[in-house]
Amino acid sequence: MSEMNEKLVFDRPKAVIDRPTHYCPGCHHGVAHRLVGELLEELGVFEDTILVSSIGCSVFLYNYLNVDAVEAPHGRAPAVATGVKAARKDNFVFAYQGDGDLASIGMAEILHAANRGEKISVVFVNNTVYGMTGGQMAPTTLIGQRTTTCPSGRCLEHEGAPIRMTEIIAGLGGTAFAARGSLDNVKNIRQAKKYMRKAFECQTQNKGFGFVELLSACPTNWKMTPVQANERIQTEMIPYFPLGVYKDTDEGGAC
Amino acid sequence: MSRIAVQEDRCKGCMLCSTVCPVQIIVQSERFNQSGYKVAEVPAEDMEKCTGCTSCALICPDLAIRVYRTPKKKKGDE
Amino acid sequence: MSKTVRIFVKGNEAVSRGALAAKCRCFFGYPITPQNEIPEFMSSEMPKAGGEFVQAESEVAAANMLLGAGACGVRAMTSSSSPGVSLKQEAISYMAGSEIPAVIVNMNRGGPGLGDIGPAQGDYYQSTRGGGHGDYRLLVLAPSTGQEAYDMTIQAFDLAFKYRNPVMVLGDAILGQMKEPITPWIPENIESEGGEDWRLDGANGREKRLIKSLFLEEGALAGQNQKLQAKYDAMKEMADAELFDTEDAELVVCAYGSIGRIAKSAVRKLRKEGKKVGLFRPKTLYPFPEKPLLKLAKEGKRFLTVEHNLGQMVDDVRLAIRTVADSDFFPIYPGNLPTPDDFEEPILKSLEGK
Repeated sequence: MSEMNEKLVFDRPKAVIDRPTHYCPGCHHGVAHRLVGELLEELGVFEDTILVSSIGCSVFLYNYLNVDAVEAPHGRAPAVATGVKAARKDNFVFAYQGDGDLASIGMAEILHAANRGEKISVVFVNNTVYGMTGGQMAPTTLIGQRTTTCPSGRCLEHEGAPIRMTEIIAGLGGTAFAARGSLDNVKNIRQAKKYMRKAFECQTQNKGFGFVELLSACPTNWKMTPVQANERIQTEMIPYFPLGVYKDTDEGGAC
Repeated sequence: MSRIAVQEDRCKGCMLCSTVCPVQIIVQSERFNQSGYKVAEVPAEDMEKCTGCTSCALICPDLAIRVYRTPKKKKGDE
Repeated sequence: MSKTVRIFVKGNEAVSRGALAAKCRCFFGYPITPQNEIPEFMSSEMPKAGGEFVQAESEVAAANMLLGAGACGVRAMTSSSSPGVSLKQEAISYMAGSEIPAVIVNMNRGGPGLGDIGPAQGDYYQSTRGGGHGDYRLLVLAPSTGQEAYDMTIQAFDLAFKYRNPVMVLGDAILGQMKEPITPWIPENIESEGGEDWRLDGANGREKRLIKSLFLEEGALAGQNQKLQAKYDAMKEMADAELFDTEDAELVVCAYGSIGRIAKSAVRKLRKEGKKVGLFRPKTLYPFPEKPLLKLAKEGKRFLTVEHNLGQMVDDVRLAIRTVADSDFFPIYPGNLPTPDDFEEPILKSLEGK
């Protein structure tokens, strides 16, 4: 029988707990979680990992990853991770933050952790809104994008321009690797995982601060179907937030 | 042949899987799961077209898809 | 051996040396007067002890670094002064809610706002009433001398781990900046890490652990608050105070920290003049040493509370003795530096019941 030779070629990584998530349909957090889980296993750091979770939809990451975890106040995950790493040099320490958390209230913490060259890794999920609180304007909300706090669309004169975090992080001395990937199609997901691997290896190889931004969809707060939201990444987000490696000390700087 | 297995209680019916399937065999069923989502499925008659490429599983945010592949028999195999 | 060696140091250095003696291995600092000698000392001495010193980008970040290190069960500390402690309150609330042991030093300066860089006791409320959002308490130790600054910093680490709770060492600009002799000592049988059954060190061969203060499930937060309250009740056994010449005193002066020390000088002087006055000096501000104070009240004594603020600890004094007595209050305004002589007139007034 052919079933006898059948091979399971895709299954969830062990680091990701087998349970339903609370995320909305089409939310990309689940994809990002899987990539994190796969890499923790592939890099052999799964059992040494300490996760610093942030505030927002992804606060519950600690319910989905089978690793030790501590919950940080809003925006402070890089500072908490700095403290964890100071206490646990031999553990793999990473923070997972959204755009409101990282690019607004936590701007000081992320910049200084990167600049100090903390041997931590940060996964930055950018979906251009505050998701958990109901879709308010974020620092990464695009010009013209309607949210519950910019109902007429983000206006350059009033609210300023969306912040490109990876470019800023790449400009800091302690950053060993900074890249922006996207989770909207298979090719981009595979590339994003490569970026994440590099960022994580900055820590395992003691090179410095590793940072990856992941462009992600929030269908609920964008008021779109999951498929429409996924398409928006390609049509609206990537043109403003170009994908690629912005700093790689292995390659001698920015691309 | 290859095939996918959708874990229906995890599927949220987002249908991102259908957008990346190279042979376009994943569709939304009329069945609701316990959470009220119309789940993704491959009609039985189309499953043989599955290439086992794993694209659907890679984009599935809910880890609801397992992919199975059966290696082709090589010469000398029984 | 080290018992016999005396060193001449500022209170800030006494705190720092006490922390190192207690095997503190992570320090997170940020500059603010009048506590700068602590991060300065730690920056050079902590690495020698094999620990980590980080100058944070803000007090907010320093306290959150403390949260991270504390979650790993490592003895960790941060220090600041009043405006900086306000900023640390965010993380302190999270640490209390997540039951993370840590030591926070506050060398109280004048306020409100930027105030000045001189001594004050305006942070009594912010120290003993939680200070940040939500309902929580810190253990608060109030040293009045350089030696106590050293001793209480050591004690603070033990208490933090005993109760799995943040502990505050509350001094002021006098304590931090004044140089005096202290006798350092090294406590025995302590480890730089604790919390074997809850600390984060990687889920290697055991179930994963989670340290958090978010409790959304039905009944979970009520349960957590109940658990915290039981802990705060249990802390009451730690309440401690110095009673000086109270036995036959007709008037007991209540004061803490540096002001308690100055008040003691005033009491000594008045005693020599035959006045029946004594001193009640809480060493723990939370839990407040209610029992010995109530005992004094039941003996029929009168009370005068003296503080370097507009009246904060006097609330706790009055609560402790409310069934039998009341307390007069004499404020020293932040910005003024009192001498023992300043206390004589109000003490004599209260003694005479005026």
